[in-house]
Amino acid sequence: MARVVVDVMLKPEILDPQGQAVQRALPRLGFDGIADVRQGKRFELEVEGPVDDAALARIHEMAETFLANTVIEDFVVKVDES
Amino acid sequence: MTTRIGVVTFPGTLDDRDSLRAVRLAGAEPVSLWHRDKDLHQVDAVVLAGGFSYGDYLRAGAISRFSPVMETIIEQARAGLPVLGICNGFQILTESHLLPGAMLRNNHLHFICRDQRLRVENAETAWTSDYSAGQEISVPLKNIDGRYVADERVLDELEAEGRVAFRYLGTNPNGSLRDIAGITNAEGNVVGLMPHPEHAVEPLIGTGRTDGLPFFTSIIKKLVAA
Repeated sequence: MARVVVDVMLKPEILDPQGQAVQRALPRLGFDGIADVRQGKRFELEVEGPVDDAALARIHEMAETFLANTVIEDFVVKVDES
Repeated sequence: MTTRIGVVTFPGTLDDRDSLRAVRLAGAEPVSLWHRDKDLHQVDAVVLAGGFSYGDYLRAGAISRFSPVMETIIEQARAGLPVLGICNGFQILTESHLLPGAMLRNNHLHFICRDQRLRVENAETAWTSDYSAGQEISVPLKNIDGRYVADERVLDELEAEGRVAFRYLGTNPNGSLRDIAGITNAEGNVVGLMPHPEHAVEPLIGTGRTDGLPFFTSIIKKLVAA
């Protein structure tokens, strides 16, 4: 079965306090030099049948209506070839 | 005829019983609605109660928005059915696009539970007419995903049209933009509020005040007058 990955990230202008909390913890753990951290979500979809244009269009629609809230989040759909 | 007000129970809803009780104390007939049932059982108005529907998985309110009962509620709300979303209910209303904007994790990342002072900004919605504009009230607040956001254009539009229904007074509890605690749609039939009026309807519990009761008496008056 083919795998399609949907990455969902908060839009750049939306404050991400969870990412900030991670970023603030890094120097305490000895990891320096990270100016900013933003935290997102990754969905891995195992697709039945071929991942053709029609299937990708459906997944795009799924991401837009459900997986991401486009008021606050951006998303990227890509086919995992590995 | 008695006014029938429905309260929806999703898996993970916590405040449905308090909301049903508030409806009854205000003088209406409370009707339990089930998330898998498309039928609204002839209710005159709907309350989406607080809690963590579907565990808040994906995003708060995101899965509930696609439940069978919400399909009907979204359709009827667009046709004028009065709907009040409290806390998780407000999140469901933004995910449903019945109200603009979105709700995010509190800016300090902590669950917060306290009595919250609010200013009533709009006393002309279906759910707020028993308040007066500018009135200060106190009701319980308890949430972790209470940070209201929308883009500048939407915020300016809400302000210009008087659709910011409630604002936080004192310290902003969650980083909500422009101290917004509750908003209404343009028609005034759909209202979302982060704090919990249904927990402040009896002097014995909550804040010890009954500042939340006018939500429920407002809608009864509105429906009786209609």
